[in-house]
Amino acid sequence: MSQLITSQKINEKETLKFECETGNYHTFCPISCVSWLYQKIEDSFFLVIGTKTCGYFLQNALGVMIFAEPRYAMAELEEADISAQLNDYKELKRLCLQIKRDRNPSVIVWIGTCTTEIIKMDLEGMAPRLETEIGIPIVVARANGLDYAFTQGEDTVLAAMACRCPDKTSITSNNTNLETSMPPLVLFGSLPSAVVNVLTLELNKQGITVDGWLPSSRYTDLPALGEDVYVCGVNPFLSRTAMTLMRRKKCKLINAPFPIGPDGTRAWIEKICNVLGVTPTGLEEREKKIWQSLENYLPLVRGKSVFFMGDNLLEISLARFLTRCGMIVYECGVPYLDKRYQASELLLLEQTCLEKNVPMPRIVEKPDNYYQIQRIRELQPDLVITGMALSNPLEARGINTKWSVEFTFAQIHGFANSKDVLELVTRPLRRNMMQQVSNKTLVKPAN
Amino acid sequence: MKLAYWMYAGPAHIGTLRVATSFKNVHAIMHAPLGDDYFNVMRSMLERERDFTPVTTSIVDRHVLARGSQEKVVENITRKDKEELPDLILLTPTCTSSILQEDLQNFVDRAAMESKSDVLLADVNHYRVNELQAADRTLEQIVRFYIEKANKQNNLSTIKTIKPSVNILGMFTLGFHNQHDCRELKILLNQLGITVNEVIPEGGSVLNLKNLPKAWFNIVPYREVGLMTAVYLEKEFQMPYVDITPMGIVQTESFIRQIANVLNSIDKTNSYNFDQYIDQQTIYVSQAAWFARSIDCQNLTNKKAVVFGDATHAVAMTKILVREMGIRVACAGTYCQHDADWFREQVWGFCDEVLITDDHTQVGDMIARIEPSAIFGTQMERHVGKRLDIPCGVISAPVHIQNFPLGYRPFLGYEGTNQIADLVYNSFTLGMEDHLLEIFGGHDSKEVITKSLSTDSELNWTIEATSELNKIPGFVRGKVKRNTEKFARQNKIITISIDVMYAAKESAGA
Repeated sequence: MSQLITSQKINEKETLKFECETGNYHTFCPISCVSWLYQKIEDSFFLVIGTKTCGYFLQNALGVMIFAEPRYAMAELEEADISAQLNDYKELKRLCLQIKRDRNPSVIVWIGTCTTEIIKMDLEGMAPRLETEIGIPIVVARANGLDYAFTQGEDTVLAAMACRCPDKTSITSNNTNLETSMPPLVLFGSLPSAVVNVLTLELNKQGITVDGWLPSSRYTDLPALGEDVYVCGVNPFLSRTAMTLMRRKKCKLINAPFPIGPDGTRAWIEKICNVLGVTPTGLEEREKKIWQSLENYLPLVRGKSVFFMGDNLLEISLARFLTRCGMIVYECGVPYLDKRYQASELLLLEQTCLEKNVPMPRIVEKPDNYYQIQRIRELQPDLVITGMALSNPLEARGINTKWSVEFTFAQIHGFANSKDVLELVTRPLRRNMMQQVSNKTLVKPAN
Repeated sequence: MKLAYWMYAGPAHIGTLRVATSFKNVHAIMHAPLGDDYFNVMRSMLERERDFTPVTTSIVDRHVLARGSQEKVVENITRKDKEELPDLILLTPTCTSSILQEDLQNFVDRAAMESKSDVLLADVNHYRVNELQAADRTLEQIVRFYIEKANKQNNLSTIKTIKPSVNILGMFTLGFHNQHDCRELKILLNQLGITVNEVIPEGGSVLNLKNLPKAWFNIVPYREVGLMTAVYLEKEFQMPYVDITPMGIVQTESFIRQIANVLNSIDKTNSYNFDQYIDQQTIYVSQAAWFARSIDCQNLTNKKAVVFGDATHAVAMTKILVREMGIRVACAGTYCQHDADWFREQVWGFCDEVLITDDHTQVGDMIARIEPSAIFGTQMERHVGKRLDIPCGVISAPVHIQNFPLGYRPFLGYEGTNQIADLVYNSFTLGMEDHLLEIFGGHDSKEVITKSLSTDSELNWTIEATSELNKIPGFVRGKVKRNTEKFARQNKIITISIDVMYAAKESAGA
């Protein structure tokens, strides 16, 4: 099938096709963001105000992490809370005091859920009152399944946290980058500290100082923001945070592709350099070198087709990188697409397809898993990137799959981590080259 | 509001979905927000299910909040009806739909008119029942629906089979070793000359539910799920049921005797007696009786154990440990709070204390206080055991992927007794190893780490005291260390020297 498509030359000027389906797809609830954010922000405590359903999801989705005394907990709503027989404020105060006593965090993040939305619990109203009463900052993020999917949970938390960043006074802004007279730069998006260091160093090489990260590894170190601060995102799902930084904090947004894959990383650095008036140096060689180091993986993926079912919003960036690697993307499902925030990334995807002379993927927002499975049956792609609910059934039908969740938790940003992306993508392909049994369809025929 | 980190039993809709997806050709539609379909992941990953989990969501989003679901639910039901041609579509409410208070029954009624499949609304309230209770109810609801339907259509099969036959109620997906148990029960029943009429819900078809009354009687292997159905069938059709869990030699024996009683009460012309079979199995097939008698098992006598799990498994395990192996159960507990009375009654006289709670920290504290030689519990107790350096055998849900073994591992019946004997024996430190360690003062010189559940103490151990501590055999070292520190704390001693150690030992002995 993949050969069939490559043989069709693209003559007319093609552009990306956007579609929207029913939104009946499988993804993680956005409250899952607490799992990586509590680890990132070391002095935080995340309190998810929801029901048993939320708790059950967290404890099962996060597996063994629950046994390591995590800095998150459920404020489990009971019938008396729902029917307003109990006073929300008093209840939350009791729990937060308990958290303060046991853990003494620098910030408590309240995660609002579907239930708090429906019963209209005024978390934003209660937080400032309780904050002054107990003396710990309380940040409210409404990361619920009514409005958001999976990684967008982080977006709601960071957007709320952006409002807590100290204001950059003109005096401090004069102090930073005094020698270069460059405007301050703050990057946003939660990444493991190793990746933070890698990206920071990468910019340092171009003579650019990173003045701070949102989030920082401690709540007490949140970066200062203000009118002349430039901000740039590192992940494609941070559109609310970007919006908040621009509108509420008056920052200037650098719209760039995301630093995923050597092509993305280079484009990201170049864009930042351009905006800050720096001429980038040595990037072309650096990118070339990384591509050379990927030579072990590239033959495995070249000419192979891939189908993204869509669940974590990283899809566009990954599709662009994999296209550059020589894959053909049939479909790129994505929960939500902010065409403005992802503008540069979409443009780069389009360019990459043209340069590689492959058809533009069909971008399906709010996909319908049922219809997607019909299309997968027809197209028989070499690889389907999908959630864990559908992986095993697809594998049993002889379709190679890769769990999409792994891309969220693996380190995929920057030049050096490009290898990790391909490591993930090629794993099912490599395994199936070795195994003899899995070539068969392993399902009973329907009776 | 309750501050919670972990829970033993899941929310109600999980129970409903477990029952629905266990039946063949039943599709469940959840009325829920995006991301609530985590059940599909669990089924696909834990059960390693090859088929797509027949659960979809009619998604509740902002629009639904503002204007109500309107046509959405009905459309989703009729769409699934056309796409999958299921026999039954079960609309499943969640915590979200519980508080939205939409008239879901109305949607179901409307969709039923347009669908070829039957459409039902699962009758469970998120805030009143947990996963297990919901599963029990849903099974009863589906059975009742199809019995009543068959009754109306006059095609209910009420004529009993010629030979003795039985329905097995309550085997279902994501159940603890359910598939293996089911196979073992079928073998056992077959050997007794009893045919299995229907197994529900696992692998059953809702279209066959009308055949349930054909069986002579029902068995309910697990107390948590199936009992409501058995009671309903008894009321409707005077079908007797056996609700003894055939786990362990003694209980399996009473299970079989109970079956004989039931058969004799139904069929007066024959006399059913399985005594010979029981003897044969107990002596030769099950190794557990001989194992308990063997010299190795002497070392287990009066060792302390703690048991925690669902009501069925915790009760059965407690009885096995005490009656069949001579182990002392210091505490038996369950998280099935709704069934606390039955649990207390069952373990009365078998254990020193009873703990009924769904708070895992209470269970952890209890284990830390008792310091048993082995724990038999859920995955959570296994982790507590790891931290306290106490071995743990997993005997009950909630479980991991490890508890869905590929090999044959029943807990019920005579093969089950063998599996349990292995589990128990392997959980305790091997007897002779124990003995040798004690004589030779241990062989490991690892640094001692505090393994109490509380946060680290600020006590200092002198070098001499530390090396003295290291001479104590590994398996009691933790206990000695904790006792010494407790003594030091009580006496406001900050530095622990050898003197303090001996003083602590004396005070503990006194």
